[in-house]
Amino acid sequence: MSNKKHWVLLASAGIITLTGATTANAATLEDTIERGAVQCGVSDGLPGFSAPDGDGNWQGLDVDICRAVAAAVLGDADAVNYISLNAVERFTALQSGEVDLLSRNTTWTTTRDTTLGLNFAGVTFYDGIGFMVSRDLGISGADELDGAAICIQTGTTTELNVADYFRANDMEFDPIVFDTSEQTVGGFQAGRCDVLTSDTSQLAALRIQLDDPDGAVILPDIISKEPLGPVVRQGDDTWFNIVKWSLFAMLNAEEYGITSENVDEMVNSENPDIARLLGQDGNYGEGMGLEADWAYNIISQVGNYGESFERNVGMGSPLEIERGANALWNQGGFQYAPPIR
Amino acid sequence: MSVRPNTRPAGHKPLFWRDRAKRAIVFQLLLTAAVAVFLFYIIGNVQDNLSARGITTGFGFLNNTAGFGIVQSLIDYSSQDTYGRTFLVGLLNTLLVGGLGVIAATLIGFIVGIARLSPNWLLARLATAYIETFRNIPLLLQIFFWYFAVLRTLPSARDSLAFGEVIFLNVRGLYLPEPLFESGFGLIPATFIVAIIASIALLLWNKRRQEATGKRIPAVWISLVLIFGLPLLITVATGVPITWDIPELRGFNFRGGFTVIPEFLALWMALSIYTAAFIAEIVRSGIQAISHGQTEAAQALSLPRNLVLRLVVIPQALRVIIPPLTSQYLNLIKNSSLATAIGYPDLVSVFAGTTLNQTGQAIEVIAMTMAVYLTISLLVSMFMNWFNARVALVER
Repeated sequence: MSNKKHWVLLASAGIITLTGATTANAATLEDTIERGAVQCGVSDGLPGFSAPDGDGNWQGLDVDICRAVAAAVLGDADAVNYISLNAVERFTALQSGEVDLLSRNTTWTTTRDTTLGLNFAGVTFYDGIGFMVSRDLGISGADELDGAAICIQTGTTTELNVADYFRANDMEFDPIVFDTSEQTVGGFQAGRCDVLTSDTSQLAALRIQLDDPDGAVILPDIISKEPLGPVVRQGDDTWFNIVKWSLFAMLNAEEYGITSENVDEMVNSENPDIARLLGQDGNYGEGMGLEADWAYNIISQVGNYGESFERNVGMGSPLEIERGANALWNQGGFQYAPPIR
Repeated sequence: MSVRPNTRPAGHKPLFWRDRAKRAIVFQLLLTAAVAVFLFYIIGNVQDNLSARGITTGFGFLNNTAGFGIVQSLIDYSSQDTYGRTFLVGLLNTLLVGGLGVIAATLIGFIVGIARLSPNWLLARLATAYIETFRNIPLLLQIFFWYFAVLRTLPSARDSLAFGEVIFLNVRGLYLPEPLFESGFGLIPATFIVAIIASIALLLWNKRRQEATGKRIPAVWISLVLIFGLPLLITVATGVPITWDIPELRGFNFRGGFTVIPEFLALWMALSIYTAAFIAEIVRSGIQAISHGQTEAAQALSLPRNLVLRLVVIPQALRVIIPPLTSQYLNLIKNSSLATAIGYPDLVSVFAGTTLNQTGQAIEVIAMTMAVYLTISLLVSMFMNWFNARVALVER
């Protein structure tokens, strides 16, 4: 496992070392069309966000972003090459061009946005760090965790935010840092740590992987802001716009009530917002080098944001996460997309 | 390479391409220039690529605050320290498990290797079984085995195994009492050092006396008494200036005392046991490389079996053993990077893992990590080559 990780890192470093500087930028759109598939970096298996189902097809909220981009660019949501990356590999893989889009429950932070040569294209999920503890411990709040051993996955913002939280509250803890989320769950189940910490969305996904999910509880405290979103390389603004507006198209579709079921009827809608989104009134894909039906393809093949949320992480899924902060702006949440105009 | 003497008459200089020495210089200059151009191209290319992609470069990140915790550190470390310090913490943890692993693997390896040649049927078969089992299972699986299969069976913190109410063993690790030294303690290590020096002098004197007169005293036993007895005597005489910080259960875990984390135990055991299987085979082959006539000759002098081994066979076998043994040491140290799989905070896990990902400085971090492993390996090789030269057969 770790050998593979280093191989990928070395190979990526080698690409940066040896390839000419001129090939670095731009032309992601042309390359994608020529290849006929979007190179999309996803997680190493996180149910609800990106994980292969029983038939080996990738499913999840993050995977739907890959599919939406493929639908917008190539007209076929299935034209995606999924590349599974762990937390440490992900940025190097994007920087070196191994993937063109990283959609892997990645937190948007200043350092990542400004020093790695990357751009965050939006927020697919507003998350925060939470704690999962064994029910036997009888703990009801994060302020009772002084002295606990905590299992964390390496290379995540969680490592930093947990250290900050415990220092700010003058408490001690032992970080036990694992390579993959599977090993983190293994350490928690083996009793190596009292607490498993991660983004609350992941906690829900990890909890259902436990041998005895009912033996663990997720504490109500959320100790940090973790906006998760898709990432692209800096310096290719066309590609950046495509990813950004693919997400906005899904959000706008939900706001206007367009679903994968009714999109073919909505095409005839008199509503000017809907007509512009579905390419019946002008071509708003032109500025991105796309056809007029770019958003129609996304909605008909992937669905709107609400559909994707319910199917993958919401009440229609085993994770049963409430919409909460991820509801649309006019329904009490933060999700807000600029208008298509 | 030797240079052919120039037999041409003086005053008649040959053309420079027909002069072997000058030609050699030209070729070496060309090679150096080619390497320099290649390096220049690569470094320039890296800089162009990184700046074209808007990636920050340089080693300035080492001075930034790390902000994450590390579970085991040999030096003082808190999340407020710098990334540079995480490098040191990881490096020391790697050296700790590597150093202790080399010692344990050598001990186990020599014992098993000699046991395999034992005339005792059961002992020899047990040694064979050990070697064939452990060297044929991938190391990563063995690490997982010791970590998840063995340590998982240990009890939780509340039901710890207690040894005399001062040592505790549970799934969180081994908790030992930590000695706290009071004033006047300095005398004890001082006595210890004096006793060691006296013992070395005694052993040398004994050896010389034996060579001169053939008589010897049991100097080894006297030395042991000196080394352990004297400090003990001083300790009692000064009224035991040590208090023990005994671990006790507070909240979730034991606090106080000295903790050996299970990640360390699992990694150390796996590395030692795995490498020892190879070392045992090296030791066996080394001993068998010594012609049987040597053993028979020593036995003919009616030397007991342990002296035959110690004075005749092992000194000669070491010449065969040491070169491959060096490779095993290097393997063990490099294999310690598998620590990242079970969360032991070694250099790869802390620095090439967390620090790399928090800073995103992949090229710098990986280059530093590779340089460290290269340096450690070269130092071990140098030491072993020196040791090999010492034990090598001196030909006259």
